[in-house]
Amino acid sequence: MHHTLVALVEDKPGVLNRVASLFRRRNFNIESLTVGRTAEPGISRMTIVIDSDQASAERVTAYLYKLVNVLQVEDLGMVPAVARDLALVKVAVAGHDRGALLRVVDETRAHIVDTGEQTMTLEITGEPPHVDAVISRLEPLGIVEMVRTGQVAMRRGDTALSAAQYS
Amino acid sequence: MPTRTGAQIIWECLVNEEVHTVFGYPGGAILPAYDAMLDYPVRHVLVRHEQGATHMADGFARAGGGVGVAMATSGPGATNMVTGIATAMMDSSPIVCITGQVPGKLIGYDAFQETDITGITLPITKHSYLVTRAEDIMPAMKEAFHLAKSGRPGPVLVDITKDAQQASVEWMWDPRPVQMRGYRSDLPVTREDLARAAALIRGTRRPVILVGQGVIQSGATRELLALAERIDAPIAMTLLGLGGVPASHPLNLGMMGMHGEAWVNHAIQEADLLLAFGMRFDDRVTGNVKTYAPHAKKIHVDIDPSEINKNVRADAAIVADLRETLVDLLDVLEPADHEGWLAHIDGMKGDAAVRDIQKLPDTGHLYAAHVINDIWRITGGNAVVVTDVGQHQMWEAQYYHHEVPRSLITSGGLGTMGFALPAAIGAKIARPDAEVWAIVGDGGFQMTQAELATAAQEGIKINVAIINNGYLGMVRQWQEFFYERRYAATPLRSPDFLKIADAHGLEGFRAEKRSQVNDVVERARAADGTALIDFRVEQEDSVYPMVPAGADLHAMIRRPERTVLAETGADPV
Repeated sequence: MHHTLVALVEDKPGVLNRVASLFRRRNFNIESLTVGRTAEPGISRMTIVIDSDQASAERVTAYLYKLVNVLQVEDLGMVPAVARDLALVKVAVAGHDRGALLRVVDETRAHIVDTGEQTMTLEITGEPPHVDAVISRLEPLGIVEMVRTGQVAMRRGDTALSAAQYS
Repeated sequence: MPTRTGAQIIWECLVNEEVHTVFGYPGGAILPAYDAMLDYPVRHVLVRHEQGATHMADGFARAGGGVGVAMATSGPGATNMVTGIATAMMDSSPIVCITGQVPGKLIGYDAFQETDITGITLPITKHSYLVTRAEDIMPAMKEAFHLAKSGRPGPVLVDITKDAQQASVEWMWDPRPVQMRGYRSDLPVTREDLARAAALIRGTRRPVILVGQGVIQSGATRELLALAERIDAPIAMTLLGLGGVPASHPLNLGMMGMHGEAWVNHAIQEADLLLAFGMRFDDRVTGNVKTYAPHAKKIHVDIDPSEINKNVRADAAIVADLRETLVDLLDVLEPADHEGWLAHIDGMKGDAAVRDIQKLPDTGHLYAAHVINDIWRITGGNAVVVTDVGQHQMWEAQYYHHEVPRSLITSGGLGTMGFALPAAIGAKIARPDAEVWAIVGDGGFQMTQAELATAAQEGIKINVAIINNGYLGMVRQWQEFFYERRYAATPLRSPDFLKIADAHGLEGFRAEKRSQVNDVVERARAADGTALIDFRVEQEDSVYPMVPAGADLHAMIRRPERTVLAETGADPV
């Protein structure tokens, strides 16, 4: 089962290493990990997707809290949340009907962000299953390069995750 | 504001943290700190290997209750500390390790004696710092001490570049307490958790209290005994918990787990409630977790939330200081009586007691258990005993009866051979008035034997009892039980330990018969400096009972009738 953990961490050298090392050390497999800034100065936000059972997700949450630079952890598997993944996909266009590709773009809310002589680059944003689905429709057309950001997620509703209480 | 170099700030901080002794070894990248040291009132103990420095700091911390400090240079100096840091991490021992690092501008260029020690020690420290500016030294040092000793204690590493030590800055000691926004060590006992635990305690008929090192670290012996007596519950101890409750207390059953006595493990397997206080359900304690205490609800009290539900699922959990928790429990719990349950456990003790080695006749053979039991008797049970790892460690736990906290110091979690001699030196420095014994095997002793020179140079008086059986005994025992007696790489030929002692200007003694034990122990105690005793014990003796690794806790290998009895035809007493 997938668990999406969100951690607010202090933006200090080595913090990413500490978090990543924890998952390796405790034998958890990271499916995706993203880091970025938050609205609060000095606070970064990590979104970590792991494949584990509920008990293991609770264990890893406790281990994350043991890291001195980790301020708050939330398991978004437990609450209603909105999740987004973004992919850039370069698809071959030479040698087959461009119409097939444009149909996929039309029907899936993908965006064309670049065109070359031999390829076209699409941006796909959405829930991870949506991105998966679009990619599987593009595969028969010939994907020559692809990148995914990994998932970011946020709880729905007015409740906000903030490090303010720790300042 | 006065001006200080980074090197001076290190010592200013240590003095302000009330550090009187540092265990260390100088080298290029830590030289500025060593130069500044001469102007500060701190005793430096020159070790023979940096691993020794970390074990000494560890023994110092465990014996004295403070923070131990070890210092080393970059590169190999720092990497030699790794085993000692990992040992302290597994046993939650508060030490601060200070290492020199190559100048900041050289980091990442594979400079001479450069190593990424904060990276290497990341999973074996509670936290670590890489300090590249003189002004960052004090905050790192203050946080390091705060982290090492608060909450669940542990090792903290502070790696300081050479140029940060050399730089001068305006500096004053900041007396304000440390504030770290991501770190909380003072979690309160919540009323709901307390009520849930109390309800389970009120409903129990066959309780067993499991006591770990947490009782020693939170200073909760008195409260624990008060609770045990109030609810009339027997107590089982982990290896690191020994001493946390007096061995002679009628409710104290003794050590549980792999080499715990049968009645202790059976009591746990038959219990309907386990009260786990400051222990972590290590695999050496539980055996097979699937069949562990199958009838028991579990109350788990630990200051580290990540221990709850890690190895064993808790029915009630309290994440807080143990002493405070016990005080709160005592406020709400009424006296209970479990006379029948205690009598039942007492009945299980019966058959094991006749085999108790204390009651065996003296046949002239020397058994490790005899030696240790005699040391216990001769020292009046008042020594601080530091053990290494292996058979002698388990025999010590079985046959030296500890009455007070911090009287047994041993590497439990990591099982670090070579721990005892340096840790005993550290323990003696923490408690100069205590009688300190290092009990070691012939294998482990040779791993850190060089620290005898440290003891000699520092004029430290400890007694070293080498339980010399000519084997790596515990591994040999496993080979005997589980590998058809194929003794791969376990026979051990040792040097003449008396000559080793002599070469250090220390006194050495040897005993080969039980009748000699009293004399050599008394002569070692009377020696002015560190004294060493080579006890030539039975070579193929084993530790009983034993729960094989991963087996059910109740499925133990029993102590056989002693061969000594068969040889002499003597009747068991």
